[in-house]
Amino acid sequence: MKSQAGDYLILDKATGAYRENPEQAVRDDVEKHYWLHVGRTILKDWRLYLMLVPMLLVFLFWRYFPMYELLGCFKVSDTVLPVSEQLFSGFSYFKRLLIGGDSLSSNFWMAMRNTFLLSFYGLCFGFPMPIILALFFNEVRSNAARSVYQVLTYLPKFMSTVVMTSLVTMLVKQGSLIGQMGIVSQALVRLGLISEEVGNAGLLNNPSFFRAIYQISGIWEGAGYDSIVYFAAIIAISPTSYEAAQIDGANKWAQMRYVVLPSILSTIVIMLITRIGSLLNIGYEKVLLLYNTKTYVTADVISTLSYRTGLSGGAGTGIASAAEMMNNVVGMLLVIGANTIARKAANTSLY
Amino acid sequence: MKRKLEISELIFKIISYALLTVFALACLYPFVYAVSASLSGREAVEYGRVVLFPKDVQFEAFAKMFGNNMFWNAYSNTLFLTFYGTIWALGVSILGAYALSKKRLLFRKGFNFFLVFTMWFSAGIVPQYLNYLDTQKVFRAVGIMDDKWLVVIAMGMAAMNIILLRNAFENVPSEIEEAAIVDGASEFQVLGKVYIPMSKSTIATVSLFFAISRWNGYFWARQMISNQNEHPLQVFIRLQLEMYTDPDQMTGWAEIYASDSMIYALIVCSIVPILIIYPFIQKYFAKGTNAGGVKE
Repeated sequence: MKSQAGDYLILDKATGAYRENPEQAVRDDVEKHYWLHVGRTILKDWRLYLMLVPMLLVFLFWRYFPMYELLGCFKVSDTVLPVSEQLFSGFSYFKRLLIGGDSLSSNFWMAMRNTFLLSFYGLCFGFPMPIILALFFNEVRSNAARSVYQVLTYLPKFMSTVVMTSLVTMLVKQGSLIGQMGIVSQALVRLGLISEEVGNAGLLNNPSFFRAIYQISGIWEGAGYDSIVYFAAIIAISPTSYEAAQIDGANKWAQMRYVVLPSILSTIVIMLITRIGSLLNIGYEKVLLLYNTKTYVTADVISTLSYRTGLSGGAGTGIASAAEMMNNVVGMLLVIGANTIARKAANTSLY
Repeated sequence: MKRKLEISELIFKIISYALLTVFALACLYPFVYAVSASLSGREAVEYGRVVLFPKDVQFEAFAKMFGNNMFWNAYSNTLFLTFYGTIWALGVSILGAYALSKKRLLFRKGFNFFLVFTMWFSAGIVPQYLNYLDTQKVFRAVGIMDDKWLVVIAMGMAAMNIILLRNAFENVPSEIEEAAIVDGASEFQVLGKVYIPMSKSTIATVSLFFAISRWNGYFWARQMISNQNEHPLQVFIRLQLEMYTDPDQMTGWAEIYASDSMIYALIVCSIVPILIIYPFIQKYFAKGTNAGGVKE
């Protein structure tokens, strides 16, 4: 009988009797003096643990301390006192935001609605575009031509948000004559898609265009780059699958349905779940750079609302933190939920 | 053996080429227009005569911008933030990721969770701002007066990038490390001589991510850098645009030079350096997205 590491007793060959496994004694010792053992291990391996320190400090100072600061949503806002010494206010800010009945609470619900709608429209229009693009890329047989298409469509991804929004602002800018409008507004007026008055006032000053501009600029910026992951899945399909389908008489649509779609489905599911997980994490920078007082009705999201409330002379940091707290808790539940579903459905954990 | 194309395949091919061409041109057009507008005469741009190619070609907009100290200042500030910011974030990330990739690390799961939790839950703008204000006070108290260092050190760390690096380090065969240890290499030598050279492409990808986010960084730089001379390029561009589109704020620099051509010239100048290095970095950029599907 071979002795195993986990055995409490081992056979002593010399005496023919069982005796206690010496390794077990070590394990018992570790269990009894756990922290002493931990300290000894760290001391022996101190270089490895030293490497960890800068990262832990950076995340502690600038990721976890703000979370502590967030607890200000339960305290009476005070510009001088630190969070720990502020008076406890309980859920009063939350109550005021949710059922306050004043302009603050109506703004909060408006921002909540906008946050959700911007994400939802992104899911409907922005999400399928990279998949469609990848299918198109697959049709281009010549490598050189495909590279040209890919390079061109990845291009907008390399602009910063500021440059992208500046370009958008200039392209749809207001003007008292058709010629003075941004070039895109001009084209839309000439094509009869918008009236001249609307173009004159500037599309970014019109709340009914904000969502469309947000989504279209998002597709323009990201669709090409996001198609990379789908295209990688499509080119991994073996040519024999297509041949087999063709021999069976499948036309293009049948090939799409029975060969391509099943092969990229798992990628689509993973990307979809990630997207749903970040439903409430709207990129506030882009909204902040594109909106103005005239378009708050459709453009204001929770982050931008709390930015105005908390930073630029609004109702205070406490109530702003309360709005963000609600947004972030719901957002986190969505991420964890999405991740759990991904783990179950596709057997892939995202984190 | 070449098979004849089915009619449905042919139709799909034609649709694909047509729509791809349209989309690719739509992606390219704003850039071409920006370049043309920046090179066109003020009147031609403002009365909509520029459609594709420049009209009444002038180089005044660029000349004025290049002659402006604020512009060069902003550019050098951006280079400063990108250079030091990338080095700092990459250094911290590599050390941390190396430690996390070791199975023998105690509380490994706990440290991982510490990292990943920040991807699930972020405090939000207002608490983050209050935190940066406190940081600023501390930095000032220890004598770091330049707010650029606050941006470099306190901002831009990303848990996702550390996880990408950790996964790359985990894929390095342990035999090579053992061989190095037998040869008497210390922990730091193992990292520098074995792990870093063997994960070069992931490190390139991650440093690219850091550099791009630094180059593009706008919001916090604007919030935290109060001195105008310390503003990076993105903040500079935005301030010019705000002054230009809001007539009430037309003061100083903007009033003298403001024209559509100027704004377009600014936009072109911030994109050109990226376009120049784009062919060299493109493959790393594409690699990053494929490595994005990571697991614990």
